[in-house]
Amino acid sequence: MNPSAAAADDGRGPLLIAAAVAALPITVLIALAVGAIGAPAADMRHLLEHVLPGVLLNTVVLVVGVTLLAGLLGTVLAWLVSSYDFPLRSVFAWALLLPMAIPAYVLAFVAIAGLDFAGPVQTALRGVFGEGLRLPPIRSTGGVILVMSLALYPYVYLLARGAFATQGRRALEVAATLGLTPRQALLRVQLPLARPWIAGGMALVAMETLADFGTVAVFNYDTFTTAIWRAWSTLYSIEAALQLAGALVLLVAIALMFEQRARAAQRHTALGGPAAPRRRLAGWRAAAVTALPATVLLLALVLPGIALGAWALEHAARDLDADWWSAAGRSVALGLMAAALVCALAIALAYAVRARPDGTTRGLARLATLGYALPGTVLAVGVFLPVAGLNNLFEAAARAIGADWPGYLQGTVAVLLLAYAVRFLAVAHAPLEANLGRITRSIDDGARLLGAEGLALLRRVHLPLLRTGLLTAAALVFVDVMKEMPITLMTRPFGWDTLAVRVFELTSEGEWTRAALPALAIVLVGLLPVALLLRRAERPG
Amino acid sequence: MRLVIDSIRRSFDGTPVLQDISFTLAPGTIGCLLGPSGCGKTTLLRIIAGFETADGGRVLADDRVLTAPGVRLPPPERHIGMVFQDHALFPHLDVLANIAFGLHHRPKAERDTRARELIEAVGLAGLATRRPHELSGGQQQRVALARALAPGPQLLLLDEPLSSLDAELRRQLGAELRQILKRYGTTALLVTHDQQEAFAIADEVGVMRDGRIEQWATPYDLYHRPATRFVAEFVGSGSFVVGRCRADGSIDTALGAASAPHAADCPCTPGSTVDLLLRPDDVVHDDASATTAEVLAKAFRGADFLYTLRLPDGTQVLSLVPSHHDHHIGERIGVRLETDHVVAFEPRS
Repeated sequence: MNPSAAAADDGRGPLLIAAAVAALPITVLIALAVGAIGAPAADMRHLLEHVLPGVLLNTVVLVVGVTLLAGLLGTVLAWLVSSYDFPLRSVFAWALLLPMAIPAYVLAFVAIAGLDFAGPVQTALRGVFGEGLRLPPIRSTGGVILVMSLALYPYVYLLARGAFATQGRRALEVAATLGLTPRQALLRVQLPLARPWIAGGMALVAMETLADFGTVAVFNYDTFTTAIWRAWSTLYSIEAALQLAGALVLLVAIALMFEQRARAAQRHTALGGPAAPRRRLAGWRAAAVTALPATVLLLALVLPGIALGAWALEHAARDLDADWWSAAGRSVALGLMAAALVCALAIALAYAVRARPDGTTRGLARLATLGYALPGTVLAVGVFLPVAGLNNLFEAAARAIGADWPGYLQGTVAVLLLAYAVRFLAVAHAPLEANLGRITRSIDDGARLLGAEGLALLRRVHLPLLRTGLLTAAALVFVDVMKEMPITLMTRPFGWDTLAVRVFELTSEGEWTRAALPALAIVLVGLLPVALLLRRAERPG
Repeated sequence: MRLVIDSIRRSFDGTPVLQDISFTLAPGTIGCLLGPSGCGKTTLLRIIAGFETADGGRVLADDRVLTAPGVRLPPPERHIGMVFQDHALFPHLDVLANIAFGLHHRPKAERDTRARELIEAVGLAGLATRRPHELSGGQQQRVALARALAPGPQLLLLDEPLSSLDAELRRQLGAELRQILKRYGTTALLVTHDQQEAFAIADEVGVMRDGRIEQWATPYDLYHRPATRFVAEFVGSGSFVVGRCRADGSIDTALGAASAPHAADCPCTPGSTVDLLLRPDDVVHDDASATTAEVLAKAFRGADFLYTLRLPDGTQVLSLVPSHHDHHIGERIGVRLETDHVVAFEPRS
């Protein structure tokens, strides 16, 4: 049987599965569009005149600032680490990824607690230099840009380092035989070749910045996400929240477009050859080059880590109570449930594409995994309308058969999980798809000839081969859910505190140092996927 | 430009890779280093390009010192072009921009004219705006050549330029490559392990083995007057038969007498034994011949058969026979010697 005949045999099933999974984000987007357009004109005008301009300006300034600074940091660090040999280089090479484990909102409250006027740093400095000393205020536009850049630069660093490493020696040699000095080669060959990866990393940073809620909330820096939250929680205006969410989606779409373009360009931009030898630096040059990664790590990892540890110890005795443990338990439970659900959906989707690898199924799979671009606040608002509609439907159906509809779908764990599924499907899909791609059709055919059919084929061949991908996917989703703040905050059942929600509540009350205890737990769990990443990325050295 | 390689030495971790390599390429000559992998030919090429250092010896371009003890001119200042084995085109640039890449310090108009001229010369005029991934292997190879030639280098280095292409394309492009190099009068040096590639392109070939040049000669002389047993075995096919030297200088073999070998390079003294190299075209099928040999194997090659024959004394030889002489395996056929160039070595001890 030829492959196309096999695909035809598989028929509609795979298409329906892919369509069902893709329906989740599509429904959310339609709800947002309907909600945003259907709002009364009067509300619209108020929003347009009083909220939108400030929020838009703040958001754009933040996104541009963070994208440029994180892009610059990530690119320069990646270039130094892959082109030069200097003290501690091999340690920096992997340690520079570790800040990925610290959510930006954690770095934010640590920075504020540490650097504010009353914080330990300024107090100590005043002790030495006298009462007149003032540092530039951390709670400023510059402060929030700096903090977010320190948290997000690893996205650019990881991709750019991979690009610089795979360009290899060949690119530099060709440039040299064509008369280019090393500096000219950097500008005319190395950077242009790495551009799709750098751009891809910067687009991811832009999307993360647009999606961020926790950091800007801590800094009291008003963006779309905080405006949506305020409309949702204090104004109880679902219309205003929907309109703001709709506008934010447009900004996200721009970033997403850049990301997809960068990805397409990555496909044809490798130049092979062995890795270029690193130039050894000595003396003051080595010291200067070592100073940059050392400073970044100190600010983004070491000092925050020490502060978190110290503050967590300080409050552990009093705060480590039953409430804390139940919040931790809920975080873990949500993470596990979400991991199971998302992995199941991702496997179904990956198998659907495998069984019917045509344009339609692939297109649906792409749509289904676009949810990672939707900010949590937008998703929380977006699932509200469909779920409310569904709730009314159930209520009517129950009444029709004379039964009582006991409750209310909104604010159940099911809705929370649904929102997670939309947001994190791509996180699980990527490793599973890659893993499944290695199980070729001829492996299936070979197993069938040896007598393994149907479930036996799955159990004896596919499952063992998929295990790494499944574990990776589950771990990534678990950790992302642990860190996740806005979806949990906005759609959780009443009173359902998790660790991330506790961080939000403590920081919004200005209890900076008490937030360290739940934050430390989140960071420690967050080290897990970074460790996975390191194991994969560090093999070539 | 005249390229002078003078006593180049190089070792890696105590293992000598190049031992006292010397040769000279006259201006406009295409030279080739031919040898099995690991013989040091690529290292030598990289020393000439300036990517590697030499432990001793000099590289001169006319009177300019490129490499010498204590001197190593940086690659960009050598005015040497290079075509890499994997072509190494810039994937982010189109064909024209790739070719114009090395012309960066010339005015824009001149850059364009020169790039257009070269794209024409390599026969890719219609593909100026294509990206490398949209080209076939042969087209990529042409772009790589045009890019290396564009700045008008004094010397062009080619690292196995055709090895990534299939056999048919290799033959066709080899001839074309030679034509283009000759048209621009560029001195060129290529390295390869493939003698077809070497013979198709080069004027002079140096056969390398274990970091030494065994013989530097024209392709014709390498084939017909190999200086060492290694060259004889590495270049072309053939077999050795035992011969006894006679007083008149000719050599007696199981196939009859071979005429006097090239006097200078024969180890013959009357009465001594030698190994005589027989190329497949030296052993001729002749039904009238008294000497017969048994057919052990045969390979049909279209115009001719390549027979593996066993002589009465057990020695095996190869024979090229026109394809209408179709004999069975096991059959005995008449053969005789027809040697223009008799090559003999001292017997292997």
